[in-house]
Amino acid sequence: MEDDYFHSVTLDASLCKGCTVCIKGCPTEAIRVQKGRAWIIPERCIDCGECIRTCPSGAKKAISDPLSLLVHFDYTVAIPAPTLYGQFRSTISCNRILTALKTLGFDDVYEVAAAAEILSQETRDYLGRDQGKGALISSSCPVVVRLVETRFPSLLDQLIPMISPMELSARIVREREKDRPGSVGVFFISPCAAKVTDVKNPRGISLSSVDGVIGIKDIYKELSLAVAQVEVEENLNIASALGISWARTDGEGSAVYSENHISVDGIDHVIDVLENLENGHIRDVDFVEMMSCPGGCVGGPLAVENPYVARNIVCTRERRHQEGNCTVPAELPHLPEGIDLFWTEALESRATHLLDHDYKTAMKMMEEMEVIRGSLPGLDCGACGAPSCLALAEDIVRGKTTEIDCVFKLREKIRDLTREMIALDSHMPPGLDR
Amino acid sequence: MNFEYQVTGDDYALVGRASSDIKKKLKQLGIPMGTIKRTAISMYEAEINMVIHAQGGSIHVDLEDEQIRIVLKDTGPGIPDLDLAMEEGYTTASEAARELGFGAGMGLMNIQRNSDSLHIDSIMGVGTTVTILLKIGD
Ligand code: SF4
Ligand code: SF4
Repeated sequence: MEDDYFHSVTLDASLCKGCTVCIKGCPTEAIRVQKGRAWIIPERCIDCGECIRTCPSGAKKAISDPLSLLVHFDYTVAIPAPTLYGQFRSTISCNRILTALKTLGFDDVYEVAAAAEILSQETRDYLGRDQGKGALISSSCPVVVRLVETRFPSLLDQLIPMISPMELSARIVREREKDRPGSVGVFFISPCAAKVTDVKNPRGISLSSVDGVIGIKDIYKELSLAVAQVEVEENLNIASALGISWARTDGEGSAVYSENHISVDGIDHVIDVLENLENGHIRDVDFVEMMSCPGGCVGGPLAVENPYVARNIVCTRERRHQEGNCTVPAELPHLPEGIDLFWTEALESRATHLLDHDYKTAMKMMEEMEVIRGSLPGLDCGACGAPSCLALAEDIVRGKTTEIDCVFKLREKIRDLTREMIALDSHMPPGLDR
Repeated sequence: MNFEYQVTGDDYALVGRASSDIKKKLKQLGIPMGTIKRTAISMYEAEINMVIHAQGGSIHVDLEDEQIRIVLKDTGPGIPDLDLAMEEGYTTASEAARELGFGAGMGLMNIQRNSDSLHIDSIMGVGTTVTILLKIGD
């Protein structure tokens, strides 16, 4: 683990106006505005990118790796997310996009869509072996995995303990190139901010096989130019419609061929369904696809094209691949020998909202919280920099701030002080009081 | 410490608010995961029942040192035959509720299976009080 608290999503303090717009949309109540700017509580952030979408000043950013990282390796391989295909008009072939991507400085390209295809098959088999744990939840979206860890730990054992398509792609590349002399660098071309975090600080495995995560938006300009300049398209596209569909909502769900699956996209809907799973209300479902971004990965914060447009493009490509009037795949994706698909480390609950490890102390704090909450106006206005009056009460109990962060409380205090001053003003020192 | 919730009847969109809120609190208090899950299932089930059969009511949750006590009170029609109601598959849910997938007749059984004690007081035409106890600990 490189840095426990590394996050792709960060604040550019020079752009933040302290407007408090972002604090309410954060699904883990990880943002506070203090001293005129937003702060992200690192242990709570799950890199969902919601704050990037809502910040009106563009102050929330997702950090990813630069192309310049390539020079550190003797041989480099790009592993593009299927979402990349949604960023260019559907008349531009997958092979053309992949060929162009290669010209940006890579020695080879391997599609994550191909690995997704393998995982679809493996997930299908896994579901077939009746687990008896109720509905199983896909763990391909790193935000969902982190959300379950922090807010729904009772569902941890329902997460499918398999590596993501990105990770599998990287392992396949490493396996293929294992005899190559010199260093091999594997770079994920990503719509996803959380994957940047996931590579630095993975879950379920101890070390990622990916060397860098490059945001689609960061190379989009160069890539578009390169796409226009491709003369001979290489036959690099081996993935079929099945793998490509993972870019959008219900792609994975359908690829797994489970009759009783549901596909959920958008962080609010994900939370709603997780609540229902925890309540035991979702029955008769054996597989739950969950994507934190609207529309699936096409809605990722590092993608460029509008998610709905991208989704349509992806669907068009899938149809064309199915109809088969596309170049014949060079090889069919299959799982090479010796690659382990399963997690090797157990996930643990990360109770980032725990008040105290001692139940009695926690209870006392909660009692205090309720008293404080009762004295606050209950408007959840956000002017204090906390997402709700209850969250402010929690911050106060945790000793992070005081009641006068609340503008109403501050006014009350000022009014009381004023009254006191007026009362004092009419009180003359005995010597003068005639 | 204790918490009070008012549940309005026939508003299916709001079902589960009280259980969600309690779940959040239990997590803040560091209650073991298994207990949280059992509490969530029992309380949610009881909350739905209250909405479907009794036009809502009130929920009172007591967090004690060693157990969680949930008391749901309604002024609904009451349960005609308690023994029958406990049987799997038995339901008196309205057509509208059934269409929404509620009231599949698993409710009380499910609560019993997940809690440590379930007690129901019901008087026809007066209302029903459901008391659920859950021991804290996995
Ligand atoms: S990325 Fe998501 S979890 Fe992190 S601070 Fe932004 S909204 Fe909150
Ligand atoms: S939906 Fe896709 S892009 Fe968005 S956070 Fe999840 S994995 Fe990343």
